[in-house]
Parts: sequence; C-alpha cells; structure tokens
Amino acid sequence: MLPWYQHIPFFSIVLMMIAGIFTSIVHRGRAALAVHLCAVSAVLAGNAALFANIVPAGETFTYNLGIVGHPFGNELVCGPLEVTLALTFLTVMALCVLGGYKGIFEDIEPEKQNLYFVMCDLIMASLLAMVYTNDAFTAYVFIEINTISACALVMAKDSGATLVATIRYLMMSLLGSGMFLMGLTLLYHITGHLLIIDIHEQVVHLAETGSYLLPLTVVMGLMTLGLCLKSALFPFHTWLPDAHGSATTSSSAILSGLVLKGYIVLLIKCIFSIFGEHIFRSFHVGDALLVMGVAAMVYGSVKAMGETHIKRMIAYSSVAQIGYIYLGFGLGGEAAAAAAIYQILVHAFTKPLLFVCAGELAEASGHRKQMYYLRGAGHRAKLAGIGFTVGGLSMIGLPLLGGFAVKFFLADAALSGSWRMWVALGALAVSSVLNALYYLPAIIQIWTIREHGADDLPQLPAVKPGAAVAVSIVLLAVGGILLGVFCTPVGDLISTGLSLL
Amino acid sequence: MSDFLSTLWTQRYMFTAVILFCIGAFSLVFNPNLIKKLIGFDLMDGAIYMMLTSAGYIEGRIAPIVTDFSATPSVETYINPIPTGLVLTGIVVSVSVTAFALALVVRIYKKYHTVYLDVIMASMKKGVD
Repeated sequence: MLPWYQHIPFFSIVLMMIAGIFTSIVHRGRAALAVHLCAVSAVLAGNAALFANIVPAGETFTYNLGIVGHPFGNELVCGPLEVTLALTFLTVMALCVLGGYKGIFEDIEPEKQNLYFVMCDLIMASLLAMVYTNDAFTAYVFIEINTISACALVMAKDSGATLVATIRYLMMSLLGSGMFLMGLTLLYHITGHLLIIDIHEQVVHLAETGSYLLPLTVVMGLMTLGLCLKSALFPFHTWLPDAHGSATTSSSAILSGLVLKGYIVLLIKCIFSIFGEHIFRSFHVGDALLVMGVAAMVYGSVKAMGETHIKRMIAYSSVAQIGYIYLGFGLGGEAAAAAAIYQILVHAFTKPLLFVCAGELAEASGHRKQMYYLRGAGHRAKLAGIGFTVGGLSMIGLPLLGGFAVKFFLADAALSGSWRMWVALGALAVSSVLNALYYLPAIIQIWTIREHGADDLPQLPAVKPGAAVAVSIVLLAVGGILLGVFCTPVGDLISTGLSLL
Repeated sequence: MSDFLSTLWTQRYMFTAVILFCIGAFSLVFNPNLIKKLIGFDLMDGAIYMMLTSAGYIEGRIAPIVTDFSATPSVETYINPIPTGLVLTGIVVSVSVTAFALALVVRIYKKYHTVYLDVIMASMKKGVD
C-alpha cells in the first residue's frame, strides 16, 4: 500500500485535464475562470501537502502508472526539486490569469472566452506532466499538448498581428519538437528503453564501452537543440518578441513565465537524468549552450534598449533572461545548475509581474503601449507602477530582490571554472549594465510628473486596480522579494533536489 | 564499396528516414508557403515514424496478433510491438497539430488573402492590416 501523498502527482495532472474537459462545456467565461482557479487551487493545495511530506525527509519516489510494471510501464517521479517547480508553476499560473483577467474578457469574443481557460488548464496539465514524468515519450506527447495550447493562447486575441505571430511560433515549435522526437527515436534505437532511469543506465554503459558514440552525440545535439528552439534561446528567439509582445496580458505572462520554463525543465531532465552531467559535459554540448546563453544575454538586452513598445521590450528582456538559465547549464557543475534553476523560479515570478504591471500601466494610458505615452503612468496606476519598479529593479539585480540572488549564485558558481569564469563574469557584468540601461529609463518614464500643458499627451484619470489584479501584483512581487531574501534556504533546497534527480 | 553498399542496404530505413527528415525540416523552415511548410512538417514526422517502426521490426517475424489459439504463443514469433504503439500515439499527435495549424492558416488566409508568409510579413511592415 502506497502512502497517500504518492498519488498526488498523478491526480494533479489528471485533475487539470478533467478541469479542461469540464471547462469546454461551461459556456460563460467567468464560470470557466472560476473552474480554472478552483482546479489550480485544489492542485496547489495537494502539491503543498506533498511538499510538506517529502521535502523535510529529502524523499524521492517513483509512481507506477497502471498494472504494467518496470521496464515497460509508464512512471512518474517526484522529489524535492519536482515538487518545488510544480508549486511555483501552479502559483504563478493562478496569478497570471488573475492579473490579466480584464484583458481576457476585453480582447476575446464572449462566446470563446471559456476556450481560453481550457487552454490554460491544458498548459498547466502538460507543465505538471513535464515536471513529473519519468518516461521520455510521455514527455514528448506533453510537449506537443503544451505547444498547441500555448499557440492558442497567443492567437486568442484574433488580430492580424497575433495570427502571424502564432504561425511563426508554431512553425518554430514544430521544428523543435520534431528534432526532440528524432533524438528520442535514435536514443530508443541505441538503448532500447523509454523510461529515463533505464535509458541512463544504458547511456552510461555505452559511454564506458565507447560504442555508438557518434549516434549518442547526434542524440544529445538533436534533443538539446529541439528544446533550445522551443525555449527561445538565441539565435532561435525570432518568434518570441512578436508572440509575447502582441498577445493579451495573461498570455504574455503565462508564455514567458511558464511555457518556456517547461521545456527547460525537460532539458534539466535530459542533462541530469537521461545522460548524466559528466557524460553531457564530455560531449561539449554544454559549451555550445554557454556561448549561446552569453550571446542571448547581450543580444536580448541590446534589442530591448531599442524597443519603444513596452511589452516588446519586456519580451526581449525574456530572451536575455533565458540566456542566464543557459549560462548556468553551460558553466557545468551542480552549483551552476542550481543557479540556473533558481533563475527559473525568479523569472517565473518577475516576468509575469512585469507583464501584468505593463498591462495595467498601458490601460491607465489609454491602452497605448508605446513608452512615450506611458509618461507619468505610475501616478495614475500606483500599484502597477510600484510592481513594475520592483520587477525592473530585480532584473537589474538590486540586492534583496530575486534577480540579485541569481546573479550572485551564477557568479559564485563561475569562480571555480577555468576560461568559462571570465566569459561568465564578463557576461554577467555587461548584461547587468545593459539591463539597467533600459529598465531604469522605463521606470523613470512612468514616475515622471507631468506638468499641465508641458507635452501634447491628453490628461488621463487615475485608474483603480481591480481586487484580482491587486492580489496578483502584490503576490508576484512578494514572491520575487522572498526569493531574494531567503536565497540560502531555497538554494539549499534546489541543490538537494538536484542531487536526488 | 561493397561494405558501404551492404550497410546502406541493412540500414535502408534509417537512411531514407534521415533524407526525408531533412527534406521536411528544410521545407518547414525555408518554404514561404504556409501549406508547404505544413507538408514539410508531416513529411518530417512521417520519416520519424518510419524509423521508429523499423526499430521494432525483426526480419521474418509477424505482427503480434494471435490467430491460432491451439498453439502456445512464443515470443520468438513476433516483432517488438512497443515502437508500433509509439507510432500510433505519434500519429495522433501529429494529426492534431496539423489540424490546428491548418485551421490557423485558413484564419490567416481570410485576413491576408495569401498563404505566403513573406508577402504577409511585407504587408504587415507596411502597416496594411
């Protein structure tokens, strides 16, 4: 008889899928929102209980699905790292939907609003499945579910710009998942297994005997490249600014806060569980990730500096922030990988915060998103202004905020490693300065007091945020700050989780 | 030379799959026509499924369907059915993705009256919506 909490990961995934099916027959948008929030809260409570049960003991377990056992059956695996990621994703998902709910009901046709929440449910189910699965092919299936629902979120606004952004995103994503599947097929050819733990055993055996090294390199390249394409690592980021910049507020927040992270979680599984860190490093795939990560950090920030559209600016900043995550994987070693995972958590809170606040600020400026029109917007929507300031300062890396903790961990991890140290430290310094160069002007712009008649902008009234938006902004900001203040215990938790993978 | 040819023959599914995959991926990325991009995607997935099926095929054995109940079925008679099962799942996935993408292309065609992505991008740059 299994302890009761071991059933939670499976029922979390299934409950989100059932919620999706149920939502599709609920015809009112607001009722669909309520169903979505109830499902997410229930799953969140379950995962919190799971967290309380396994994290203090540092327990990790595998859960067998169905009656066919190892090695033919399908399995879920759960340890401290998985449950932490799941908790973060669930919290952020609920806050993204709350933060952008006004936009959802304004931008989407009334009879289609419930479908938006179906997609949210499916994204959550696929994210949870990607976090918990121990089977490589299941991971692929959920990648595709995630792709379709993410594309649907982008196109929900149904304007010309979002449709074209969606098709470009879809094409890039399809190429990425095709490459991942090709890699998986080759891996099945040479190892004969689909469960991650068995594949790892065979990969270790192959690396020891030195056989099938070329196919193994190709497999690593294909799977890593496929996931890089899907998580918008430079130079495969071309679809991201359009997709994230033109979608409705919630979609932008969910896409950059969560969807990109799902694929990176899978990459973590590839590196640490399928191949093993040592073998992965010995094939020099990590060095390629390091170079692309550094390029992304610089390029994303430079492009963001040139943007005048606030949401596109934040989207380009995502390109840079994804670069930080890959820098962590590229540096190698447990400490650097832990820093990368820390960045996943911090970015999952901070980027949705920025998107939600930018949506509010734009609304207070007559729905215009150009920087020029946002002057003084912080005085018209105070809470959003404060949220944007906190998020922007966290991106720059002010101490006591999440972004600082990430930079500190990355720099600390970089100190141990040869030539990579100089590359990493240089990139961190340059990118921090660049971040400051576009977030500070944006923050100054929204807090500038406008004198009457000094410019040709219309005088706009102050906007009071709705309760849901206020809750979303406050909790996202608090999440980012807590991650900055309690960086040691959270960092230890991640390191423990990583060593148990 | 004969070594190469015999490898080519024994790995013929693999080689064909890789060639088809490359053709598909190339057209998915570089063809400006959205419909041809999708055909490229289906070709790419088809290549992978062929490769996956060939992974489970064992020369001279049959599909694992028991018709003769009098004899005890032996493992030696049948091919490995797991890759075939994976291919079925994969086909379902790629059919749904294709359906979604085609619906999207119809939407785009209604708005821009063309399926050429380069034309659409150019008209978006000019601000003609």
